[in-house]
Amino acid sequence: MTAVARSPSPAGFGPAEPVLAFEGVSKRFADGTVALDGVDLRVAPGEFVTVVGPSGCGKSTLLRIASGLEVASGGTPRVSTAKIGYVFQDATLLPWRSVRANVELLGELEGLPRVERRRLAQEALELVGLAEFARHLPHALSGGMRMRVSLARSLTLRPELFLFDEPFGALDEMTRQRLNDELLGLFVARRFASLFVTHSVSEAVFLSTQVVVMSSRPGRVLGRFEVPFEYPRAPELRYTEPFAHISGAVSARLREGSA
Amino acid sequence: MRVELPGTDRPATLPPRSRSGWRRGLGLWIPPLLVFVVMLALWYGVSYLLLSPERRFLVPPPHAVVQVGYMDHDNLVELLAALGLTTRVALTGLGIAVAAGASLAILMHQARWIERSIYPYAVILQTIPILALVPLFGFWFGFGMVSRVLVCVLIALFPIIANTLFGLQSVEPSQHDLFTLHGAGRLRRLWKLELPAALPAIFTGLRISAGLSVIGAIVGDFFFKQGDPGIGILIDLYRARLQSEQLFAAVILSSLLGVVVFWCFGYVSRRVVSRWHESGRDPRGP
Repeated sequence: MTAVARSPSPAGFGPAEPVLAFEGVSKRFADGTVALDGVDLRVAPGEFVTVVGPSGCGKSTLLRIASGLEVASGGTPRVSTAKIGYVFQDATLLPWRSVRANVELLGELEGLPRVERRRLAQEALELVGLAEFARHLPHALSGGMRMRVSLARSLTLRPELFLFDEPFGALDEMTRQRLNDELLGLFVARRFASLFVTHSVSEAVFLSTQVVVMSSRPGRVLGRFEVPFEYPRAPELRYTEPFAHISGAVSARLREGSA
Repeated sequence: MRVELPGTDRPATLPPRSRSGWRRGLGLWIPPLLVFVVMLALWYGVSYLLLSPERRFLVPPPHAVVQVGYMDHDNLVELLAALGLTTRVALTGLGIAVAAGASLAILMHQARWIERSIYPYAVILQTIPILALVPLFGFWFGFGMVSRVLVCVLIALFPIIANTLFGLQSVEPSQHDLFTLHGAGRLRRLWKLELPAALPAIFTGLRISAGLSVIGAIVGDFFFKQGDPGIGILIDLYRARLQSEQLFAAVILSSLLGVVVFWCFGYVSRRVVSRWHESGRDPRGP
């Protein structure tokens, strides 16, 4: 499998100007913990970059810096778009709002007119296949459905950069795979740039154009793996030999890092 | 252990879920009804067996209480008018306590230093015996309505402050992040995120404070006797005149007021938040 570009090599250059370009980004918290140490990262339009690493390796901090929720203590984090979608670990739905009202929330916060919000919400709900649940309250939905509502909510503002913070980590394996398939469907349709964080190797390989392996405390980049499979990707891809090969290589690098 | 076959008579210990609706309802009502009957019997026992006829006025039998206290028209009118006044005092006090308590909690929630400055005094307010302050209110504000309402406000304030603050702080950090990402200011965050999230806790506080403000109104009656009488004034009056049937009737009515107020706010709370929050749901299940 020569297609797998093994690091250490400079960050892969995307086909277009990167939406996100981190150079030597570091983060030290007030208590002295070094969450990130000199991280280089690039995500171009149409690229799906996934960061894998053990818990506490500062993966989430990367996303928080990219979105502006957190400020880097060193290096230059550049993000060239303001249209950022952020999908959290939990669905972060407001339990007193119906599914539709939840999906409309971001438009509401951004001051879009009511009719426009409505239309965007309807479109996003149809995209994730939940249009018929628009009037339900979140507690009536399953965990997977809630996550899809959360996705729909982010989709309403048509983000150019999507940040995913282990969105499917709390779901069972079946649901997770189905949502991975659906997410790729959305990715193929919308071709946003994605930065996805997970600790599941197979999820990372299945979704991504590039997998970045990180170590924990301090968070450093241990390796980068290009994933050559064409989109759209069939669910069966997970059980092919090339897939297993890349997954194996990523896992091996992860183990080296934590040894 | 005997094995129950399907179709045989079910043992009475089966969980209530397996019974039909009305039998389940009956199961819920019968035990407290039995206790009620037992208490009535005890009451009669004390009146007729324990007390000699000349001392019976200490615990008049239930039917005498009903006859004299509730069946007599003038007496009933007097009682209900007083109860109405006490209810108004309690609700006014509660209303002011809610407005002031929620505003204080929202203010404290705006900055750590405000919370740190004010909260200790809210706790002190809770620990000083309000009863000790009551004579002081009369001293300052006269012995009428203002002081009565003030007792209710002070006694009902703390649960509102504490629960509202707790509710406002119960918002998940990720939900705050979401609002931050989309540029929500303080007011929007309060209105669309923090206050709705705090509603279940606010209702919990409201229920506690509603009960307390009824107590406050009756205590206020004892101290501040100017103006129309509240039920507390009647209680004191009947005691002084040894009108024990009326005294019992008044005590029972004021207890009922407490129960009704508590139940009303419980009901409103269930209607408002149980759609989405488990605290508002009936603990006995749907």
